[in-house]
Amino acid sequence: MLIYESSQPGRRAKSQAPANTETPASIPASLLRKQKALLPETGEMQVVRHYTNLSRRNFSIDTHFYPLGSCTMKYNPRGAHRAALLPGFAGRHPLAPEVHSQGFLSCMYELQEILKDVTGMKGVSLTPMAGAQGEFAGVAMIRAYHEARNDHERTEILIPNAAHGTNPATAVMCGYKVREVPVLDNGDVDVAALKELAGPQTAGLMMTNPSTCGVFERSIKEIAEIVHEAGGLLYYDGANLNAILGKVRPGDMGFDVMHMNLHKTFATPHGGGGPGAGPIGVGERLLPYMPTPIVGKEDKDGEETYRWLTDQDIPDTIGKLSAYMGNAGVLLRAYYYARVLGREGMHRVGEFSTLNANYMMKKCEEAGFQLAYPGRRATHEFIITLSDQAKNLGVTAMDFAKRLLDYGYHAPTTYFPLLVPECWLIEPTETEAPDALDGFIEAMKSIQKEAEENAEMVKGAPYTQPVRRLDDVKAARELDLVWKPAASEE
Amino acid sequence: MPYIPHTDADIQAMLETIGVDSIDDLFDEIPADILSQPLSQVPEGISEMEASRLMADRAAADSNVACFIGAGAYEHHIPAAVWEIVGRGEFMTAYTPYQAEASQGTLQVIYEYQSMMAHLNAMDVSNASLYDGGSALAEAVLMAIRANRKSKSKKVLIPTSVNPLYRSATHGIVENQGISIEEVAFCSDMGTTPLSALEHYAGQDYAALVIQQPNFFGCLEDVHALTDWAHANKMLVIAVVNPTSLAILAPPGDWGEAGADISVGEGQPLGIPLSSGGPYFGFMCCKQGIVRQMPGRIIGRTVDLEGKEGFTLTLQAREQHIRRSKATSNICTNQGLAMTAATIYTSLLGADGLAAVANASATNTQTLVAALTEIDGVETVFAAPYFHEVVIRVPGNATDVLAKLAERRVQGGFDVSTAYAGMDDAILVCATETKNAADIQSYKVALADVLSA
Amino acid sequence: MSNLPSELRYLSSHEWLRVEDDGTAVVGITDHAQDAMGDLVFVETPEVGSSVSATEEAGVVESVKAASDIYAPVSGEIVAINEALEDAPETVNQDPYGDGWMFRIKMSDPSEVEQTLSADDYKALIEEEA
Repeated sequence: MLIYESSQPGRRAKSQAPANTETPASIPASLLRKQKALLPETGEMQVVRHYTNLSRRNFSIDTHFYPLGSCTMKYNPRGAHRAALLPGFAGRHPLAPEVHSQGFLSCMYELQEILKDVTGMKGVSLTPMAGAQGEFAGVAMIRAYHEARNDHERTEILIPNAAHGTNPATAVMCGYKVREVPVLDNGDVDVAALKELAGPQTAGLMMTNPSTCGVFERSIKEIAEIVHEAGGLLYYDGANLNAILGKVRPGDMGFDVMHMNLHKTFATPHGGGGPGAGPIGVGERLLPYMPTPIVGKEDKDGEETYRWLTDQDIPDTIGKLSAYMGNAGVLLRAYYYARVLGREGMHRVGEFSTLNANYMMKKCEEAGFQLAYPGRRATHEFIITLSDQAKNLGVTAMDFAKRLLDYGYHAPTTYFPLLVPECWLIEPTETEAPDALDGFIEAMKSIQKEAEENAEMVKGAPYTQPVRRLDDVKAARELDLVWKPAASEE
Repeated sequence: MPYIPHTDADIQAMLETIGVDSIDDLFDEIPADILSQPLSQVPEGISEMEASRLMADRAAADSNVACFIGAGAYEHHIPAAVWEIVGRGEFMTAYTPYQAEASQGTLQVIYEYQSMMAHLNAMDVSNASLYDGGSALAEAVLMAIRANRKSKSKKVLIPTSVNPLYRSATHGIVENQGISIEEVAFCSDMGTTPLSALEHYAGQDYAALVIQQPNFFGCLEDVHALTDWAHANKMLVIAVVNPTSLAILAPPGDWGEAGADISVGEGQPLGIPLSSGGPYFGFMCCKQGIVRQMPGRIIGRTVDLEGKEGFTLTLQAREQHIRRSKATSNICTNQGLAMTAATIYTSLLGADGLAAVANASATNTQTLVAALTEIDGVETVFAAPYFHEVVIRVPGNATDVLAKLAERRVQGGFDVSTAYAGMDDAILVCATETKNAADIQSYKVALADVLSA
Repeated sequence: MSNLPSELRYLSSHEWLRVEDDGTAVVGITDHAQDAMGDLVFVETPEVGSSVSATEEAGVVESVKAASDIYAPVSGEIVAINEALEDAPETVNQDPYGDGWMFRIKMSDPSEVEQTLSADDYKALIEEEA
């Protein structure tokens, strides 16, 4: 039931609003609202119960193993959430004077320094509000760099065809044409094809490493050389940074600019699809173009003080990406996580996420599932393909995924990357204990048996969720996006 | 290690299953010469107790201030229930609702949110939210250019009375796509955009006119006349509005003869803490006819195979994961948690409660203005009626005055000179429903003290 | 095997073209294309009066999980569109060569028709892709 449908005219949560006052007479009547907005009318307890019950209709990390590939669904520390909501942080106005902001600014400055260290970059700006905005800032900086050198012939961004859809969408938002680079059957980029494609028209290459195929790009140094020799810059999509955190730094692989998804690698909550944070890191050449604001530190009369660096400090900046400084509350959570993890903990993230994924991959293989890239190491994730099951049993990767929900596991990423038919991209993360991984494998084996014995049953899954499979075609053909009162009540 | 549950025995057993001797062996596909050296700038790890103490100390350093700054982010009372519920792990630690059957909670909240936003704005449809108000305006500009079939132009008109922080974010986001933004001057007596400033553009090809209500100075524009002018000149109207104000002010769907075409704004006033500027959320609504040009996630109501009502992502073919380089935007998230908070907030307040917040804020700002202008040399700058923000003029330099107020733990307002040349003595002040008579009095005392020194 | 009327011409991007007696050309998508897309939920057609060039994008078809551009097989002016598809995109699934037509072009260079594929050529192409 919708909150609207339990609404009763005149019912209110009285303690939540100030005493009624009149609208000031100075506001002309023509500018006032004529008809009261159609919002729910309900009581405080009714609201609390409604939304608490809705929350229980969700899978989440806190309730279920959630091995969603490329999304890094690791534990989100409760302590980080509590810290970000401390009154001094939650109540700080974005335009508060610096003298009232030293606590907040010091956290941001130190986070910048930590992120520089773990990525091997020379500068960090925290301001992008999501990975996609980080990508946008990164490619806009590449553009600013070429333009500053009067190099106007560079009109193309190269992108491996296994890439996330955001990469090409971002390149277009920055005014570039996209050229796709093929990926070989072993998951590596086709270096010979890349050599053909790179040239004086190349502004840069956008790449994820480990790639979306769940393998580490072995030719990375050669790829970097080819692109740099052609005069282009290398963009690192940090979607899979968790795989290598503490083991390899994008800066050391030759990347010039990157974004990090703090909601993945630094354990800030995904929140059902946001908010995230997508800070960018840059090498020497792009330092002058970083998006503002950035936090700087100064020694004032022997005392360390922090202040905002703006376009006056960074005159060639690509500018601002939001009204203020980005998703500060998410950044505070990431800072907390980094401090608790510390140096040693940071080195262990890549190691244990990789250990868990390789363990699961081996177990999947032993259970008879087909690996997409047999013979390769898993990174923090790996791919299986269910195309045999689809062909022989008529049970698709989507059917397996839906049935898995009945076993109490969230499905892995399905049908991505697009290159591998009937695929699952599986990412366990380092915060899962091996018993959770074993439970998942047992469920897989059981579903395989069900698919062989009773395919129709699997194809009808799920059975235990609040709803069965939904009619997406009806949803798109007969758009119902907004609740409206029944015609008789109007 | 923090958050890693493996015992030594676990590790040994797992390595044996995989068939390697050590964890390092799992990295043997990576060229050895790029493997990391020990990190040098990351401090040693600390316990939750130590981290909590560290964060509490830093937060305390920024506390105990009286804030009269608005400028797009407003301090409103947030009911305790809002963040208690949003903080439930089932909302907080879920991902994007791609598996609809396992995400009905998140999906229904979004559908309810879309309904509330559409009704509050008196528009046909809403998306599931964008990053913030500033970037929502940028997306609205891009959308208007796609959606305006009468116009071939990649130009839009934006009055300078529109929030300068939004204008700069918009500029940064759209400029690489060859879009140009032309600024329209405001009337320096009234603080609003007069039709006479637009006459010059009549009959020319622009995709859209942006109208902010209340505008950055808190002043109320003649939205009906501006909307009708834009439509007469084949431009779409992009409304930028404050959601609290919509409880009492004419909503974008009611502007002029035909209403605004796209409506966006900052959602922060609806239950989101100030939190240094984010996470907030940007809302976006539009008319039904241009819904396919809308960026971002959209949820629809449908039925399952037994005919039971359910919710699912819809119109996905517009989005980056399907359309790739031809997507309406590269955005892949909404601001889920902030949007959830706003949905709960709006349910708790309802139309009457929200109107009470709006009225109390407007009334308190009038009280503040009356108090401050009793001080010699302090006066209001613009003559137009206002909602809950006002530009005042102080004797001397606003930047200096604000710095001296800060020494007295008063955040006196937004320094207008940082965004508008020639307005060196101007401060944008705001008092919401959270301010009482004593707060207003202490601001007055502090300002009088600063000015007399 | 999907239905391929021999009197039509085809594009490798899965549009069909029928030249009418009045010299205009009617365009739609093939049975093979509608089958591969699945249930269509939206069809975007060009505007009447606009001009298109051969092999240029002239519209979009969307299913729930895919979107595909429709290319103009020949150059010319759009003289009619199938307005019924706005409310009933499923018509393309049901009758791709009849009621599911999308737009009509007044050709500026009828010789461009020769560049398109015959039913046999198109059949060979989709068999190769499979």
